Amino acid sequence: MKKTSRRPLFLAALELAVYAAVVAAYVFLVLHLLSDWLKQLWSDRRDVYAFVAISLMIVQAIGLEGITSFLLWFLRQRRR
Amino acid sequence: MFFPISGVQIDPVYLIVCGFVIGVLGGFFGVGGSFLAAPTLFAAGLPMNFVVGTDLAHIVGKSIVAARKHRALGNIDLKLAAVMVIGTIAGSEMGVQIIELLKKAADVTLVVGLVSIIVFTGISLFSAWESWLTLRLPGNPKGGLPATKDTLAFDFFSKSIQRLKIPPMISLPHSGIASISLWAVLFVSLVGGLFSGFLGGGAGYIRMPSMVYLLGIPTHIAVGTDLFEIIISASYGTVRHAMNGNVDILIALVMQTGASVGAQIGANLTQYFRGPHIRFAFAPLPLLGAIVIAYGLITRHHA
Repeated sequence: MKKTSRRPLFLAALELAVYAAVVAAYVFLVLHLLSDWLKQLWSDRRDVYAFVAISLMIVQAIGLEGITSFLLWFLRQRRR
Repeated sequence: MFFPISGVQIDPVYLIVCGFVIGVLGGFFGVGGSFLAAPTLFAAGLPMNFVVGTDLAHIVGKSIVAARKHRALGNIDLKLAAVMVIGTIAGSEMGVQIIELLKKAADVTLVVGLVSIIVFTGISLFSAWESWLTLRLPGNPKGGLPATKDTLAFDFFSKSIQRLKIPPMISLPHSGIASISLWAVLFVSLVGGLFSGFLGGGAGYIRMPSMVYLLGIPTHIAVGTDLFEIIISASYGTVRHAMNGNVDILIALVMQTGASVGAQIGANLTQYFRGPHIRFAFAPLPLLGAIVIAYGLITRHHA
């Protein structure tokens, strides 16, 4: 019983750990690859910058939700 | 870490952790979380005009995640959201124009900060008072209730507004409202949009309580619908502010990585609480935001 009640907590912690690693790599990549280009756009083409900014945010939101859902599903499958 | 667009140095872990906390609160209370995100960014040294735009951008992403969860829980009234979007966008545009005028004519940080403090404190006190009265009502059910059922100790405004017969009238069956004037819904959303454009964020801290206290929408539906509506209004506000150079999208993207997980947790938590409990728990949050802004204004800390 005790083991069963600890399982969701363990899964959540594991999911967070994997997610944190993915996010750390992603943030590093995004900041390094996009920062100069975005800064350039922000300085020279504000209209394009606005479009790129909102698109990036929407794509990232959907992508991250997909990753968390997948991680949760994958870890549950592995624990069965 | 240096963010070249706004020219500030902020620790990305600070942004991710703040995003996570704001995500949990936003998903649970149906707000963008700008009453905390804005002071958090301001305290980190971001200039106030960047705070307003960047906060909006981060809210778009977080609200997409939370709204998808609320949709699955049946907490979104799509008809109400569709009507409110019109008023919100008009109001948001007015708010953005006011910010631009202030940038030329006055100390924008001081004006936005002072207005934020007054608005946040007022909402906080009213929510605390009303939900406390509701929780003390005799016969207040202890168990869970369906999302369309809610109890309010102070329903004078919502009853009066629902009695207004200014055509065209619309029905909101998902929210349990047989008839309400379209103008009343548009007015509430216009005021919410105005604050969204002016103070930043999705203005859920204004709109969610307004939907409950002025329109009589059940709290759970107000939470879900507000988040859905915030996606559209905050997207519009983000584009407008980005065109004026007030968005550091790199900061918003980093914050959103934490908010994405938090928002899912917050949205799932709403199914375990009743409306008055959600409103009572919501009450101290805007006050907290007001205190942080006041602290920022006093110290004027910039990295």
